[in-house]
Amino acid sequence: MFDLYQSQRAMRAMRQTAMQRGVVAILDVGTSKIACLILRFDPTPMPTEGVGPMAGHSAFRIIGAATTRSRGVRFGEIDAMHETERAIRTAVQGAQKMAQVRVDHVIAAVSGGGPRSYGLAGQIALSGQQVADRDVAEVLSACEMPNIGEGREVLHAQPVNFALDHRSGMNDPRGQVGDILACDMHMLTVDSHVIANLIHCIKRCDLELAGLASGAYVSGIASLLEDEQELGAACIDMGGGATGLSIFWRKHLIYADAVAMGGAQVTSDISKGLQVSLATAERMKTLHGGVVATSMDDRDMIELGGESGDWDHDRRTVSRAELIGIMRPRVEEILEEIRARLDAAVFEALPSQQIVLTGGGSQIPGLDTLAPRILGQQVRIGRPVRVAGLPEKATGAAFASAVGLCLFAANPQDEWWDFDIQPERHGARSLRRAMRWFKENW
Amino acid sequence: MRPLTRRRTTHRADPAPSRLAYRMHRLALTPAVRKGFTFGVPILALAVMAGLTFADPERRGAVTAWVDDIKAQIQSREEFMVRLMAVDGASETVSQAIRDTLKVGFPVSSFDLDLPAMQDTVTSLPAVKEASLRIRPGGILDIRVVEREPAFVWRNSDGLRLIDAAGHAVETAEARTDRADLPLLSGIGADAAAPEAVELIKAAAPILPRLRGLVRIGERRWDVVLSDGQKIRLPETRAVSALEQVLAVDEAQDLFARDVVLVDMRTPRRPTVRIAPQAATDLRQVKMTELGDD
Repeated sequence: MFDLYQSQRAMRAMRQTAMQRGVVAILDVGTSKIACLILRFDPTPMPTEGVGPMAGHSAFRIIGAATTRSRGVRFGEIDAMHETERAIRTAVQGAQKMAQVRVDHVIAAVSGGGPRSYGLAGQIALSGQQVADRDVAEVLSACEMPNIGEGREVLHAQPVNFALDHRSGMNDPRGQVGDILACDMHMLTVDSHVIANLIHCIKRCDLELAGLASGAYVSGIASLLEDEQELGAACIDMGGGATGLSIFWRKHLIYADAVAMGGAQVTSDISKGLQVSLATAERMKTLHGGVVATSMDDRDMIELGGESGDWDHDRRTVSRAELIGIMRPRVEEILEEIRARLDAAVFEALPSQQIVLTGGGSQIPGLDTLAPRILGQQVRIGRPVRVAGLPEKATGAAFASAVGLCLFAANPQDEWWDFDIQPERHGARSLRRAMRWFKENW
Repeated sequence: MRPLTRRRTTHRADPAPSRLAYRMHRLALTPAVRKGFTFGVPILALAVMAGLTFADPERRGAVTAWVDDIKAQIQSREEFMVRLMAVDGASETVSQAIRDTLKVGFPVSSFDLDLPAMQDTVTSLPAVKEASLRIRPGGILDIRVVEREPAFVWRNSDGLRLIDAAGHAVETAEARTDRADLPLLSGIGADAAAPEAVELIKAAAPILPRLRGLVRIGERRWDVVLSDGQKIRLPETRAVSALEQVLAVDEAQDLFARDVVLVDMRTPRRPTVRIAPQAATDLRQVKMTELGDD
């Protein structure tokens, strides 16, 4: 636990250094693509015409962006270290070339690794004193640590709610007076080996890791509107190898999960079903794919092509309805799996049950009619917010987590390790208690 | 059946920069290295080229000679040449002295004339009070001089000398009669007290025809010497008012027409008059006969 605290503090210090230098890179290592964005932080945000600074993210500008096909990543986890390192190098070099600046610090997202959410609660007695920073750190430390299992690493530990005596739902209890301070904390753990592999790959590229965030979480930051985050909403990031789920309420992440299925599975289904190569299957999926068949689709014939040399094999055609018939069950399976995770998280208890689909998979035509049948009526297809300097080709839904990482880098959420815990506080506290006992009894 | 199309037998990996290329690219983007390449390398190259060119003393000498030649060509242009010297406001002798002292060989380039030094030289001449030099268009060195006006003839152990009202020596004089119009001073330190002498001469206007000169005594006070050996001793301070006092008595009582040898005003509250010995004896005789007593 203490090691985690120290390593996360070190990462925060690195992030501070990067902010001071003014340039930081964003690395989204996904299953289908690796995106690298380079941010430049402006000390004073430029006054913009029309829309002013929204949610504080006008303080940075994207000066470099590069995307490359991902190699050696499966289910959002690194599978072949060397290939992944080469792909990261390609992306980083491309972004550096565009920005004409060298970056040393990188903030990365982890989309796989089987994230698990825990809700923690802790409380301390205050005895009618004002809540100070020290008390906040103390109540966060007082949360009972659950058994997260062997080989797991804490990725996020964010205080989501503070309660002082009978009053709950506070964002910042500091300065208020009360007897009992309680807090709720949301903790997200992932597989430690996944993180270790990612860190190793980034180190091999001569970069320093300045922050790690969950892919599902940052997609939610980018795609959910502010009032959706406030009232309760779920963001479903349909990626290539993993589909992430994050639930926000009162602008805090309260649940995150991931299903290890995504667009890559759909592609492999097409490949198996139609006996074509993976590249052809991917092309068919992106050009002709869909999930709702109409009578028109029976007559829409698609040439499969091929280079096998067998004329009959290379001249096959398939109707679009057949393609949809292959894709739809897999997409339904993914959405049903997500539905199960939402039920497990008691999503229906939230005041608003908005669901936002984002990520590359959300671009399948017809998903907006299929998804409400499984997930409920309040479903929309979302795109990430616009940030300054982002190239047009990187504004699509597939870049939700990259854009979310930019916002995360600019305004990070308070985490447990942002508060200083003071090891000597126990001594001072018992001394105070002894003094009080003396005063009351003598 | 043999395939009709060319088959890709080997799987080609996606392009990626090698580790070395990646590192070199990052190095090239490092600010210090970038700056070094943009400015450092060209400056270094220029410095090396210049150094190699001027390493040869022969070439260095050639360049120096060429620069000097160009410089001389420009300086000796007609526009910069000075051909004449005009001295204004000086008498013939002083003007000749200035020409002799400066010794400028015309024609000369105006770049070679050091006007401040020449001004110092001209001003150091005793007869010159102030001088201003400029080069007029047309190549004329124009020297305007204000001469010192001789105010006194000063006789000391070296001979006769003319000094101005401030006490500065102007020139030597051969004989007193050369400048009979100027009053005569004598005594050590008379030149230093010349301003006071001017005042005394001005005050002595009524007896000017009889004034022979002023004598500085002990470098502290003045004696006024009149014709017939009459003398007025003046005090160290307020000498002018003491002289005016004596002249007032002279006007009222016709003092100097009498047989008075000396009027001593050194103690202003107790003026003393000495009469000639013969007159004193006569006066005693008269007193004895009239009063029967001394």
